[in-house]
Amino acid sequence: MLLDVRQLKKSFVTAEGPIAVLNGVDLHLDRGVSLALTGESGSGKSTLLHLVAGLDRPDFGEILVDGKDLTTLDDAGLAAFRRETVALVFQQFNLIPSLDVAANIAFHARLAGRDDPEWQRSLADRLGLAGILRRYPEQLSGGQQQRVAIGRALAGRPRLILADEPTGNLDEATGDTVLDVMLSLVAETGAALLMATHSQRLAGRLGRRLHLHAGRFES
Amino acid sequence: MKTTLAALLSHWRRHPVQLATLLFGLSLATALWSAVQAINDEARASYARAAQTLGQDRLATLVRKDGSRIDQAVYVALRRAGWLVSPVLEGDKRFGEHRLRIFGIDPLTAPPQAQAVDVAETGALLNFVAPPGIFYAAGEAKTKLTGQTSTPVRVIETIPPGVIITDIGQAQMLLDARLQVSRLLLWPEQSPHRTPLSEIAPDLIERAPDEAGDLARLTDSFHLNLTAFGFLAFAVGLFIVHSAVGLAFEQRRPMFRTLRALGVSARSLMAVIVVELLSFAIVAGLVGVALGYALAALLLPDVAATLRGLYGASVPGAIIIRPQTWALGMAIAVVGTLISAAQGLLGVWRLPLLASAQPRAWAQASRQTIAWQLIAAAALFVAALLIARFGSGLTAGFVLLASLLLGAALALPAILMAGLSVGGALSKSAMSQWFWADARQQLPGLSLALTAMLLALAANIGVGTMVSSFRATFVGWIDQRLASELYVGTRDDAEAAAVRAWLVSRSDAVLPIWNVDGEVAGQRAAIFGIADHATYRDNWPMLQAAPDVWAKVARGDGALINEQLSRRKALNLGDAIALPGGYLTRIVGVYSDYGNPNAQVIIGVNTLTQLFPAVSRLRYAIRVAPEKVQRLADDLRTTFGIPEQNIIDQTAAKNLSLQTFERTFKVTGALNVLTLGVAALAMFASLLTLAGMRLPQMAPVWAMGITRRRLAAMELARSLVLAVLTAIAALPLGLGLAWILLAIVNVEAFGWRLPIHYFPGEWLRLALLSVAATALAAALPAWRLSRLAPSELLKVFANER
Repeated sequence: MLLDVRQLKKSFVTAEGPIAVLNGVDLHLDRGVSLALTGESGSGKSTLLHLVAGLDRPDFGEILVDGKDLTTLDDAGLAAFRRETVALVFQQFNLIPSLDVAANIAFHARLAGRDDPEWQRSLADRLGLAGILRRYPEQLSGGQQQRVAIGRALAGRPRLILADEPTGNLDEATGDTVLDVMLSLVAETGAALLMATHSQRLAGRLGRRLHLHAGRFES
Repeated sequence: MKTTLAALLSHWRRHPVQLATLLFGLSLATALWSAVQAINDEARASYARAAQTLGQDRLATLVRKDGSRIDQAVYVALRRAGWLVSPVLEGDKRFGEHRLRIFGIDPLTAPPQAQAVDVAETGALLNFVAPPGIFYAAGEAKTKLTGQTSTPVRVIETIPPGVIITDIGQAQMLLDARLQVSRLLLWPEQSPHRTPLSEIAPDLIERAPDEAGDLARLTDSFHLNLTAFGFLAFAVGLFIVHSAVGLAFEQRRPMFRTLRALGVSARSLMAVIVVELLSFAIVAGLVGVALGYALAALLLPDVAATLRGLYGASVPGAIIIRPQTWALGMAIAVVGTLISAAQGLLGVWRLPLLASAQPRAWAQASRQTIAWQLIAAAALFVAALLIARFGSGLTAGFVLLASLLLGAALALPAILMAGLSVGGALSKSAMSQWFWADARQQLPGLSLALTAMLLALAANIGVGTMVSSFRATFVGWIDQRLASELYVGTRDDAEAAAVRAWLVSRSDAVLPIWNVDGEVAGQRAAIFGIADHATYRDNWPMLQAAPDVWAKVARGDGALINEQLSRRKALNLGDAIALPGGYLTRIVGVYSDYGNPNAQVIIGVNTLTQLFPAVSRLRYAIRVAPEKVQRLADDLRTTFGIPEQNIIDQTAAKNLSLQTFERTFKVTGALNVLTLGVAALAMFASLLTLAGMRLPQMAPVWAMGITRRRLAAMELARSLVLAVLTAIAALPLGLGLAWILLAIVNVEAFGWRLPIHYFPGEWLRLALLSVAATALAAALPAWRLSRLAPSELLKVFANER
C-alpha cells in the first residue's frame, strides 16, 4: 500500500473558537490507483491534501506513505518527503514567475535529483508545450499554465500526485483536455493520484471516488 | 469624508511598524536637511553681521589703488576739501594664542550707518577715545582677551565673533600703523562743491558698497557643498518614505476599490489620502526639524572650526532657532511626502473599479524601461564627459557631479540585471538558477533602495578618497612647511632683538617670520619676507619654480606666490605683480599652501624690510638639533619670561595643524555616516515591504520541498548579492566623484588642486559596512520567513485567494 491514512483529525482556531475540519479520516491508496475526493467547500478536501503532502501537521492520527509515518518527521524530513515522494498540482497553478516554462517543468525533478531532460522534452511534447518552452508564466493562458504545472508534477516521476481542483480555474473544455492529458500520463508513470474536485462529472473519470462531509468520508 | 478617513486610518492601527517606518524615514530625511540648513543660516547670519559691522554693505569707501594703507594726512586733506569721510583702520592682532580682527574707528566722524557701537549713547565717548580706550567685542572675543590686555572690554553681542572695535588712535598703536588708515568711509550725502578726488588724492579710488561681503562670497562653495550633502541625505531618506507609502497603497488597494464601489468619488478619495499624507508630513516634519536643530547644535562647533580654518570666518558655536528654518523644514517634509506618494496617488486616480483583486506585481520594470534608463544614463555620461572636458567654474563642477550621480542611478538596474544574468548563466543546480532568476524578478522592487545605497556608498568613497588624499598630501606638505624645530613669538621689538642676540650662539639658525598685509592683484594678501637659507631651499613645497629660484628671491629679483593666488588670478611664472607701494616684481615660483584661505606672497626678507620698514619683527623659526629643542624652549621661557603659548615646537605645531585638519572634515564624515545609515534604513523598509508581497513566489518552492530556513537563508543571500553588486558599481562612481571633488570643486572652492591617492583598504571597509548594513536590514524579513507558520504559506494555495 502506498498511502495509509489512519484516524486523521485536524481543527483550526478561529475567532469563534476551534473548528474541526477532519474528524477521524481513514484512507488507503495503492500504486497506480486514482482517487477523487469530492465534497462541498469547507468539507476538508484541501486540508486532507495538505496533510498528505506534508505541508501541514495533523492534530491526531497517522499518515503512512510507503510505510513512513509523516507525523514523526521534523521540518527537514517533511521537506525531503515533499521533494522526493510527492508532487502537487494547484488550482492557482503556482508556477515560479521568474523561471521560463522549461525551467519550471524541470524544477521539481531537479530538486529531487531526478533530472531527466529526455523525459521532460517528451512531457512537453505530450502537453503541447514544445513551442513555448522559453516563455514566462505571465505570458501563458490559464490552460497552458496548468499544463506546465502538470508537467512539473510528473517530471520527477513521483509515486504520489496530489491535485487540488486542478481544473477549477479553467473553462470546461480546457479543463477536460488538461485532465485527459494528466490521467493518461499518470497512468503511464504508474503513480497514484489523489485529486480534490467539486465536480462529480470529473470525479467519475477517476478509478475511485470518496465524498467528504463534515470532516468524515461518506460512502 | 470623515468616514472615509477613519477607514483609511484603520490600516495604520493594524500596521504600527509600517507607520513608524514612514514617520521615522520622513523625520530623518527632514532632520538631515534641516540640520544643514540651520548650520548654513547661522553661518550666513554671521557673515551678514560681519558685512554690516561698519556699514560696508551700505557705504562706499575710498581706498588706495595699490591696496596699501592711506596716510592720515590724506584724510585730513580730504576733510578740509569738503569731503565727508571717516577713517577706518583694520588689521589682525594676536592676543596670546588667538588672532583677532581689530577695527579702529573715529566715533566723531563715522556716518550713522557705520556706528557698530553708539559710543555717545553709552556715555563712554571720553573713555573710548582717551587711553587706555575701550574694546567693544562679543562675549566670545572677550573670553579670548582675558589676561591678554589691560584695556577694558565691553560686551556687545551684535558684534561679529573675533572682532574688536576700538578708537582709531588705539588701533594705530596696536597694529603698528601710526598715522595710517585702511580706508575712508564715505557719507551718503556729499557736498556738490567739494574738490575732485583726483586733485587731492590721485592715489585713491572709490569702491562701491560690498553688499554680500567677502566672507559670504568666499564661503559660498562650502555652503553649496553642505547643501548638496543635505539634499543627498534628504533624497535618500525619501526612498524610505516611498517604500512605506508604496506598501500602504498596495495593501489598501482592495480598500480603495471598495470605497470607490461604495460611491466615494475618485476626487474625494484623493483628497482624503492627501489629508492623511499631510498629517503625517506635519507630524514628521515637526519632529524632523527639532531633530535637525539638535544635530546642527552638535555639528556646528566643527563647522565653525572648518570655516575658521579654511576661510578665516568666525561663526559662533551656538544655534539660534529661526522661523525660516522651521518653515523651510516643514515645507520640505510636505513636498517630500507628496513626491514620494505621487506614484501611489496616480495609481489611485487611475484605479479601475472592476480590475482583478489580485495584488499587482510590485513596480514591474520592463526590459524596455531598463533600456530607456540605460540610454538616458549614457546621454548623461556623455554630457558629463563634455562638461569635464570643456566646462569651467564651480557650477560646471556641480552639474558634472549631478550628471554623473543621476546617470549612475539610472544605469544601476541594468548593471545589476547584467550581473544577475551572468550569475544565472554560471549556475548549475535548480536552486541556484532559481536564486538568480528570482533576484532578477525582485530587482524592480529593490532598485530604489539599491540606488540610495549606491549614492550613499559612492558619496562615502568619493568624499573619503578626497579627504584621505588631502590628508596624505597635507601630512607630507606640513613636514616640508614646518621644517624648523621651534617657533617663537616675542612680545615687542626690544624683546625680539634680545632673543635674536641670545639665540645666535644657541641655535643653528634664526629665521624671521615677518609679514605685512596688503593688496596684491586685487586680493587681500599676506606678504612674507624669507631668509636665504637651506631650510627653505631643501623643504619648501614648490609646485613650479624658475631656475635658481631661491637666489632670485634673495636678490630681490622675484617673488613666490601661493597656489590660491596663482589660480584665482591666473598668475604664472614670469608674470609681473605689483606689491603695495607700487613695487613691481616677477613671479619666480608657485608653492602649495593648503588650509590657508588667503593669498600669500613671499619676497626676500631684505626686500620686505626695505619696502615696509615698519614691519612687525616679532616671530621667528629656529633651527636647532632635535634633542636640544626642549631645553632651548625652557631656557627661552625662563630667560625672557615668554608665555607658554608663544613658544611652540615642531611636533606641537604639526599636531595643531593636523587637529585642525581632522576637525575640518569631521562634519563631512558625520554626514557621510548618516547618509549611509539612511540608505540602510531605506533598504530595510524596501525589504520589509517586499517580504509581505513575495509569499506567492516563495510558497511553491517551499511546497516542493525546500525548508523555510533554507528559503530564508537564500533571501538573505539574495540581498547580500545585490548589495555586493551595488558596492562594486559604487567604486568607479565614488572614484569619479573623488576626481571631480579634487580636480574641479576643490580648485574652485579653495584654490588648490591635490593629487588623488587610492585607499583600497578603505573601500573594502566601506563595502563590508554596506554589506553588513544590508545583512542587518535583510535579517528581520528573513528571520520572519524562517519562523512563518505553514498555515500562512498554505494561504497562498487556498482556492479563495
